Order: sequence, then structure tokens, then C-alpha cells
Amino acid sequence: MAWPRRAGPALLLESRGQKKQDMDDNPLIRLTDVNFAYDRRPILTGINMVIPRGKVVAIMGLSGCGKTTTLRLIGGQLKPSSGKVEVDGQVVHELDSDGLYELRRRMGMLFQFGALFTDMSVYDNIAFQMREHTDLPEELIHDMVMMKLHAVGLRGAARLMPSELSGGMARRVALARAIALDPMLIMYDEPFAGLDPISLSIVGELIRKLNDALGTSSIVVTHDVQESLKIVDYVYFVSAGKIVAEGTAEQIKHSTEPYVHQFVWGEPDGPVNFHYPTTRPYGEEMLSGPGRKQVWW
Amino acid sequence: MVVNALRRILEALGHRVTKRIWRLGFAARFLFATLLHSGTALKRFHLTIREIYFTGVLSLIIILVSGLFVGMVLGLQGYDTLQRYGSTEALGILVALSLVRELGPVVSALLFASRAGSAITAEIGLMKATEQLSAMEMMAVNPIARVVAPRFWAGVISMPLLAALFSAMGIFGGYLVGVQLIGVDAGSFWSQMQASVDFREDIVNGVIKSFVFGVIVSWIAVFEGYDSDPTAEGVSGATTRTVVTSSLAILFADFILTAFMFRG
Repeated sequence: MAWPRRAGPALLLESRGQKKQDMDDNPLIRLTDVNFAYDRRPILTGINMVIPRGKVVAIMGLSGCGKTTTLRLIGGQLKPSSGKVEVDGQVVHELDSDGLYELRRRMGMLFQFGALFTDMSVYDNIAFQMREHTDLPEELIHDMVMMKLHAVGLRGAARLMPSELSGGMARRVALARAIALDPMLIMYDEPFAGLDPISLSIVGELIRKLNDALGTSSIVVTHDVQESLKIVDYVYFVSAGKIVAEGTAEQIKHSTEPYVHQFVWGEPDGPVNFHYPTTRPYGEEMLSGPGRKQVWW
Repeated sequence: MVVNALRRILEALGHRVTKRIWRLGFAARFLFATLLHSGTALKRFHLTIREIYFTGVLSLIIILVSGLFVGMVLGLQGYDTLQRYGSTEALGILVALSLVRELGPVVSALLFASRAGSAITAEIGLMKATEQLSAMEMMAVNPIARVVAPRFWAGVISMPLLAALFSAMGIFGGYLVGVQLIGVDAGSFWSQMQASVDFREDIVNGVIKSFVFGVIVSWIAVFEGYDSDPTAEGVSGATTRTVVTSSLAILFADFILTAFMFRG
């Protein structure tokens, strides 16, 4: 199976070898020439991406570069303007409502701030999908919920309400909920955002361990470079809706590509501008603000 | 210059009108989807009962207290007017018909829109803003079936019951003022009421009115919540729109229904 051709000047960091071949063979997810636009504003342009089975893959980039949009395309919450999004051999945007829901039953998603149901306890949040999609007796649901909570170290918090949890705990509960039905794919939308260093490290470790223990595939959308490079197998860098670089964690760390280097090491100077683009010179802006007289001489 | 300004005004006007028509169409499709996905709410009725508690039971205090005071005011005003014609014994009819036909359904619906309608909108709007609805969709659970439909049906079921309680409490208030305070004959008060209030003409029509108001308020409340912008400002705007639109819709629907029901 050929590695999908990429539109634009994206940089392939890794040497073409066994790793690439592994990723190409029977991937869980394949995005082929995907374009997406809100109204007429392009968000993603010519995205080609492969997520292999059993691996943890990160999608990195600045805020607003199209990372979460990519997740939503994979989850079928958005439809691409053109191109193809395949999950487990099924074209997501061609599925009808029943087919999409059937596919989503095999997916788990962790939202940026957990998105726990605030009117339910931790226990009920995790039991939610089991009760909705299965006819399991309540005793069995209880055991399964406790196993999931034990996996994230929060068995003692089963009866708490989401409002009683810290940010890190809420994220772990959301993680337990995402794995409630042992999905084939777990998608993490900014799992490290706003966490203290200890929680951040715990969540990172859990993502890796759960992926390996459950034999699932994981996509981590993040801009937390250091934490994610510790746990991921492969990284895609997205900038302005295009994949600009990709490679293994080691290759990314040692990359000399200016964009990747600036991003990984958090340097203020580089190809990524601090200022939002404007056509008006700074001096002119300052001299013609509201309430100021025009300088005519 | 003038032509351009006129064109801009017409464009703005046209944009606003088409936007509203489009939104109305979306609201109609949303109602259709809610009815279509009502199976879960009706099959797993405990979901609806839970919402009946939040929308209906928790609205009881304001409905009962308001009903009592409206009835007491009716007793006072009615007595003042009727004594001019020497027919104070008809106070029972006046209080009962005013409440059962008109004030019961309308005032309780207005109160319901303010108390429960706004709460439903805020809850659904916040669920949207905190991605709970998206999370539900990603768990292959339809939020219209799981979140919207139970709240919609809870409102539709609660409204006639609350209107009936409002009217009952109002009649009791009228009795307290008319009979206990002013001294109208209790026998005349109750017997005239019994003789003049028709079950089909007055009570059933009142129930139909409150059912229609229940559909209107619940529909507007769930739609505004679901369609709100996922921001603090968006949710607060949606909550305000629920109260304003529901109140106007209730008054308009009341006029139409009254015109059809009580033509004489």
C-alpha cells in the first residue's frame, strides 16, 4: 500500500523504512486529500494522514491550526468539503445516521475540559454508555465501572459529583468514561490543557498505558510538546490547516526544520509570527486611532 | 448616494427577515425531530419523570402562591363590581370562569415560562457550551432523544396540571376573600359556580389551552437552549429570548384559541 501523496511542501522527517511500511499496512484511520472550510474560510487543506492500529499518534500545532477540526472529521461531527475520511475501512462522511452511531460506539473521546455530565455522579458518568448501549445487569455495570475507575486511580471518587473534582481528576474520570466500552480508537482533545505538572504526568502515563493494555489506537491533539513526545509513537505537525512535518518522537526532537524546532523548543523567533497578520503599519495605526486628529503635514 | 443608502437599508431588512424565517424553519424541523425521537422519553419514562420533578414540581410554590393571590384579588374586584348590580351571589361564577377559562392557563403558562422555561434553556445551553451534548453524540447517544425530548414532554405534561392547580388555588383564594372575609353566602358561592361552569365548554377548553401553551413554552425553551451560542453571553441571550418569545406566543395563541373556543 502506497504512502498517500501529500499536497504542498510538507516535510517528511523520517527515513523511508520499516516504520513507514508498518504505518501504511491496514491502518485504522486514513485521511486522503481532505479539505475543510467553514463557509468560505479554509481550515484544512490537502490533509493526508494515516493512524495505524495500536499506536499513539499526536497531532500538534498552534491553537486554531485545525487540530480539533481533524478530530471532528474523524468522529463524523463534521463533513469534509472534499477528500476522504476512512475509519476501520468505512468512509465516515458517507455513513447514514445509524451507521455513524454504530461506528461511534467503537470510539471514545476525551474532550478538552472533560465534558462530564454535571447532573450525574462520577459513577453514573462512566456507567452512562453501558446503560445506553447494553442490557447488562446493574451488578455487572457496577463491576465494570469500578474497574475503569481503578484503572485511572479514582475508585474512591465514584460517588462524587463533577463539581467536587479537581481539573486533573475530572480529566481522569473523562478518560475512564472514554474507555467505558473498550473502544478501538480513543481521541484526546487537548488532554493536558490546564493541568498541574503532576496531573499532567499522570494523564500522559495513563494515555500510554491504557492504549497498550486495551490494544486500542489513540490520537492525541495537543500543543504540549514535552509531555506528548514522551508517550507518542508518531507526530503530525499541522500549521494553517496543512501538515508541515511528521515523524517519530525522536526525529521530531532532533529536527532542524525551523517550524518544528521553534515549536518544540518554544522559541519566540522563527517562522511562526507572534503578531496576527495586518496590512496596516504600526506607526500609522497609532497615529490614526479613534479620537486623534489626522496628521496632515 | 441616496439610492445606495436605501439599498443598504433594504438589504439589512431583507437579511434580518430571511434570517428569522430560516430560524423559524429550523425550529419547526427541530420540533419534528423531537417528536420523532420521543420514543426514548416515553419508553424510559423515568427520564421524563425526573424532568417533571424539575420543571413541574419545583414550579409548584410560585404557581400555588400566585394562584391564591390572583383568586383573592378576583374576589375583591369581583365583589366590588357585582355589588353595584346587586348580584354578589354570582361571585363564585365570576371567579371560577375567569380562572378556568382564562387566567389559570395564561398566567400559569407565563409563570411556567419564566420559572421552568428559562431553566430548561439555560441547562441545555450550558450543556452545549461545556461540550456535554457533543460528548453524548460521540458516545453514539442522540442528545435530542436523551436530553431534549424528556424535557419537552415533561413541560407538556406539567403545564395542564399546574394550570389546574393554579385555578383550584385561585378559586380557594376567591372563597377566602368573598365568603370568609366579606361575607358572601357560601351556599350561593358554591352552588352558582357548580351550576354555571360547564365541564366541556369551560374546563376542557381550559385544559386544551394549557396543553397548547405547554407545547409552545417547552418547544421554545428546548429550541433556544439547543440553538444558543456556546458562550456565557449566548446562553444568557437564549434564556431571555425564551421568556420574551414564550410570553408573546402564549398571549397570541390565547387570543386565537379564545376566538375559536368561546365565540358564543
